Amino acid sequence: MSVIIEIPTPLRRFTDNRSQVEIPTQEGHTVEQVLRQVVEAHPSLQRHLYGDDGRLRSFVNVFVGDEDVRHLDGPQTSVADGSRISIIPSIAGGRR
Amino acid sequence: MATYPEECCGILIGRPLPEEEGAQVERLLSAQNVREEESRHNRFLIEPRTILAAQREAEAAGLEIVGYYHSHPDHPPEPSTFDREHAWPGISYVILSVLNGAVEVTRSWRLQDDREDFQEETIDTAIGTPALAFGAR
Repeated sequence: MSVIIEIPTPLRRFTDNRSQVEIPTQEGHTVEQVLRQVVEAHPSLQRHLYGDDGRLRSFVNVFVGDEDVRHLDGPQTSVADGSRISIIPSIAGGRR
Repeated sequence: MATYPEECCGILIGRPLPEEEGAQVERLLSAQNVREEESRHNRFLIEPRTILAAQREAEAAGLEIVGYYHSHPDHPPEPSTFDREHAWPGISYVILSVLNGAVEVTRSWRLQDDREDFQEETIDTAIGTPALAFGAR
């Protein structure tokens, strides 16, 4: 089994310019486990996905197919063979 | 500047110029600021679903999301700490300073890989075309 992680343009500089990374998975693997595997394979992604507290940064969103995992089981959402996982920012900011 | 005094925001679609650490912008997509009304004067938020749709549309046209823009109403066009905590390196963050409803200054920034600070980049506007190009200073 494996899943495909789609890497957004700004983060491709940390994945040898690859737009997709294939991650081998097993039955019952979760989004959180898959993301940890991506970061293990490409450690410089760590600080741009996770904060100092080890949690996903608040503006980093993960989609399985067309569904935001926040509307599924969050990081514990299980993935299936061939799932396409997208890492998508919510763009937040402003003065102060 | 229809959104003034609230913040406006949107997505820059174009082609990265990796050798120059910059990008050529082909299209601007204005996005709806979905922050609650009482925060829109100093905060903006583009929903991830909007960005996913824009990313797919851009890729279908052979383009990419190369940055984002937002306004700072009655405030200088410099990134805030909040902006830094909510950014990625490798793309442009354009900030427009809007004073009394008119764009006063536009500047563009890139987050350093170590996330410590933004570096300013130049904005070249090609008169007569819709394109903007960004480059390292």
